[in-house]
Amino acid sequence: MTSIAKPPVRHPSLRTNALGLTIRDYEGGMSTLCAGCGHDSVTAALVQAAWELALPPHRAAKMSGIGCSSKTTAYFMKQSHGFNSVHGRMPSVTTGAAAANRELTYIGISGDGDSLSIGLGQMAHAIRRNVNMLYVIDNNGVYGLTKGQFSASADIGSKSKRGEPNEQPPIDPVLMALAIGATFVARSFSGDKKQLVPILKAGLSHHGLALIDVISPCVTFNDHDGSTKSYRYTREHDLEVVQADYVPIVAEITLPDSESEVRTVQMHDGSAIRLRTTAPDYDPTDRASAVAHIRACQVRGEIATGLLFVDGESHDMHDRLKTPESALVDLPFSQLCPGAKALDSLMNRYR
Amino acid sequence: MNRVNDFAFKIGTVNGTGSASANGLLMRSIFRMGIPVTGKNIFPSNIQGLPTWYEIRVSKDGYAARPSDIDLVVAMNPATYAEDVATVRAGGYLLYDSSWPMPKELLREGITILGIPFGRMCVESFEGDRERTLLRNIAYAGALTALLGIDMAVVETLLEETYGKKPKLLAANHTAIRLGHDYAREHLPCPLPFHLEPMNATSDSILMDGNTACALGAIYAGATVGAWYPITPATSLMEAFGAFCEKYRVDKETGERRFAILQAEDELAAAGIVIGAGWAGARAFTNTSGPGISLMQEFIGLAYYTDIPAVFFDIQRCGPATGMPTRTQQADILSLAYASHGDTKHPILFPANPGEAFELAVAAFDLADRLQTPIFVATDLDIGMNDWMVKRLSWNDAYRPDRGKVLDADALDRIKKFSRYDDVDGDGIAARTLPGVGGKGAYFVRGSGHDKHAGYTENSAAYKEVVDRLLRKFAHAATIVPKPVFTLQDDAEIGLITIGGCDAAVREAADRLRKHDLAVDVMRIRAFPFGEEVREFIESHERVFVIEQNRDGQLRSLLAIELGVPRDEMIPILDYGGMPLTAKVVVDAVSSHLAGVPA
Repeated sequence: MTSIAKPPVRHPSLRTNALGLTIRDYEGGMSTLCAGCGHDSVTAALVQAAWELALPPHRAAKMSGIGCSSKTTAYFMKQSHGFNSVHGRMPSVTTGAAAANRELTYIGISGDGDSLSIGLGQMAHAIRRNVNMLYVIDNNGVYGLTKGQFSASADIGSKSKRGEPNEQPPIDPVLMALAIGATFVARSFSGDKKQLVPILKAGLSHHGLALIDVISPCVTFNDHDGSTKSYRYTREHDLEVVQADYVPIVAEITLPDSESEVRTVQMHDGSAIRLRTTAPDYDPTDRASAVAHIRACQVRGEIATGLLFVDGESHDMHDRLKTPESALVDLPFSQLCPGAKALDSLMNRYR
Repeated sequence: MNRVNDFAFKIGTVNGTGSASANGLLMRSIFRMGIPVTGKNIFPSNIQGLPTWYEIRVSKDGYAARPSDIDLVVAMNPATYAEDVATVRAGGYLLYDSSWPMPKELLREGITILGIPFGRMCVESFEGDRERTLLRNIAYAGALTALLGIDMAVVETLLEETYGKKPKLLAANHTAIRLGHDYAREHLPCPLPFHLEPMNATSDSILMDGNTACALGAIYAGATVGAWYPITPATSLMEAFGAFCEKYRVDKETGERRFAILQAEDELAAAGIVIGAGWAGARAFTNTSGPGISLMQEFIGLAYYTDIPAVFFDIQRCGPATGMPTRTQQADILSLAYASHGDTKHPILFPANPGEAFELAVAAFDLADRLQTPIFVATDLDIGMNDWMVKRLSWNDAYRPDRGKVLDADALDRIKKFSRYDDVDGDGIAARTLPGVGGKGAYFVRGSGHDKHAGYTENSAAYKEVVDRLLRKFAHAATIVPKPVFTLQDDAEIGLITIGGCDAAVREAADRLRKHDLAVDVMRIRAFPFGEEVREFIESHERVFVIEQNRDGQLRSLLAIELGVPRDEMIPILDYGGMPLTAKVVVDAVSSHLAGVPA
C-alpha cells in the first residue's frame, strides 16, 4: 500500500471547525489509486464529514482489510491510528478493538471483494453483533488490484472489460444487512458528495454498525459500456428514495408541521437525522417497508439510494455485553485481579 | 500380598447416563482420605449412547501418570465387555452387573469375576427409568466403597455437600450408595487385596483440570477480552473464564461487567478479535485446538509481523483433520512454532499439569506484552480436561502486569519522533502506542511490507531491517521464557527429554529405571525458543531419548532445526494413539533400546 505524504501547506483563509482544525487536518497521504477512482471521492466525502462533525482525529481508528478500498484508510486522517489487516477480516479486528476500547470512533473501509466474498461471514457477524462502527463498502463490482475479475456484487449480465457477461446473481449488501438485523443501512454513489456526506455524518453518529454501500466505479476495469457499476450507468439509474439531513447536537430540531413526509430520528449522541422519502408509503424506520421498497426499485432497474433504514433504538455490542461506560483498557488492574485471598478461598471448591 | 494405596481401577459405562458424578464422587472421596489420586476420563466424541471409561489411579507415591496396569474393571456397559475383560491385569478383578446371566465374553482364566445385580436392585428401589439409570452409577460407587475401603463418612459428607439443597436427591443417592455397599459387604470378599487406607498426603493439594487453571490464569493476569469458537477439548476453558468473570468481575452495585467474551463465527474471527483487542491495549486471548490453529494461521502471521500481543491457548487433540477430538496428543508443536506463511517463529509455553498451566497462563500474558507477539500456551486434552492432583494455587498480591514498552502521551511528548518499529534498545522490541493516544503516537499497522517507521515499503534493505529485528526479538525471547525443569543424577549418561503432559509418566519411568541402577537425567522443556541450556543437556549426554506424543517426533525435529544438534542422534520415543502416556511405554522403550532391540 503505497502512500505519499502531502506537503503541509495550508491556505490562511481555510475555515476551522469546532476543534479549530481545518479540513487539511483531516487529510492523509496522497492517494495512489487510479486517477478518477470513485474511492478517492469517498475519501474526500469522509474527510469532509469528519471535519464537519469536528471528530478529534486521534480518537478515531481507521480499519481495513485488503484491496483498493482498503488502501484508502491511508489517505485520510493521518493523525488517527490505522489498521490495514488481512483480506476480509477487518470486521473481526474492529470487533476486538471496539470491545477493548469503546471510546474510539471506528471507521471501517471495505470493498465488495473484501466484504461480499472472502469476508462475507465476518461482515454478517459484525452486523449481528452491532459493533459500534462506520462500515463503508466501496462497491465497484470488480477486483481491481488483481486486474478486473468479477466480484460478488456484479449484476447478472454486467459485462467485463473483455465483454464477457457475469452469470451469477449478485449479493446485495444492503438487502443482506437488512435481513440479518442491521440497524443503519444506506446506499450512495461516490459521484454524489451532496448525498454521501450527510449519510456519513449520520453513520458516524449512529450507535451501532452503520453500513453504507457506496457505488464507487472502477475507472480502469469496470467503467465501460455494458457495466452496471460504471459512472454513466449509476447516474442514469440512481434514484434517491430517501434524502437525509444530518442535524448536529447544537442545532435546535424543529419540524414544520406541513412536512408530514419528513421523519426525524433522534441519535444516541443527541444529534438527529431528518429523512425525507420520495414515496409516501415508504417508512425508512420500518425494516419490512425498506426491504419492500428497495426490491421494488430493483425490479424497475433503479438503484435505490439514500439512508434506507435506521433504527433509532439500536443497542450495540457493548449494551449487550453490559460493559462499563469507559473503555475496558482503562480499567485498573485492581479491578480485574481478584487477589490472593480470593484464590485461597476458591481453592476449597476443588477439594 | 496386600497392596495399600497403590493400584488402579477402571469403570466402563455408556456416555450420557450420568456416570461422571459417580466417578467424580469416587475420586474426591479418595482424595479426601488424604491419598494421592488421579482420574483419566476416556470419553467418546458423542453426547449419548457410546462407550466411555474412567480410570482412577491411587498412588501413595504421588505418581500422576495414567496407570500402566488395571487391577479392577467395573464393567457396566455390555457393549464393551470383551474389551473390558481384556484390560484387567493377570490376577485382577472384574465387577459386572449380574442382573442378567453372565455373558460368555466375560469368561477369562486368571482373573476373578464379581457380580452385583445393580440393575435389579435399582429397579426394586427407585421409580422411573431416568432415576434408575442415574442411581445405578451411584450404586457401583457404593460397591467400590466396600471393595476398596473408601471411608463411608467421607462419601456421605460429599453427598451432603453436593445435594444438600435437594433433600429428595440426597436421600436417593444415600440409598443407592448403601445398596451397592451392603450387597458387596454381604456377598463379596471385602476389601480386595488392593485397597485404601487413610493418609495425610493431600491437605495442601486440589483436584483441578487444566482448562479451569488456564481460565484462572487469564483472570488473574487481568485479561479482559476472550474470543473463541467452540471446540473440543478447549471449550471448557472459556466457559470457566466466563464463570470466574461472573464471580469476580461483575460490579455488585451497577451490574457492570468488566470483561468481554465474544463467541465468534469461526476461529479466524476469534483470532482477529484477539488481535484487534491486543492492538487496542487489552490483554486478550483465545482458546482452541488443532483445527482452530490451522484456521488462525493468517492472523498469527499478521500479529507476528506487526508486533501485536496475543495469547493463544491450544488444547491439543488427536489430528490430523478432525482426527479424534476426544483423544489427547502433542502433535501441534511444529505447526505452532512456525505458524503462518513466510518466515515466522513463535514462543510456546508447555505446562505439564494444571498447576503449572495456571502459572504459565499468567506468564503468557506478560510475555505477549513484553515481546509484542503471539504467545501460545500448548496443553492437551489430558491436561485440559482431566482432574489432576496439584498443589493449591496461590497468588502473590505484589504481582503487577508487565505491559512491556508502551508510550503514553507524556512519554511521547518527551521524544522527538515516534517510529513504531525502531529498535532503540537493541533487544528487538520497539515501543508501541495505543490507538487514541494522540500527538505523534499515531501510526499505521500494515501486514504489507513496512519499514521501521511503519511506512509502506518494497525496498529490500528497509524490509530486511524489520524482519531481522524480529529475529533479534526471538533470540531475546529465548532468554526470558521459562527454563526447562531438570532432574539430574551424578554421571548419568542417559538423558530423557520430554514436554508437557508426558512429564508425569517420564518422571515415574525415570524412577523405575533408577531403581534398576540405570542413571538417567530428565529435562522437561517448558518453552520454545530453546535456551542454551537445552543444547548443553543434549550435548552432555551419551544417549538422549526424546519422549513425546506424536507420530513424527516433532519436538525432536524442532530441537534439531533450532539448535543444530544432529536429529538422528536423538532417539525418539513416540506414543500417539490418543491416550495419556504411561510409565511402562517409556521404561519398555528405553530398556529395549539399551538391550539392542529396536524400540
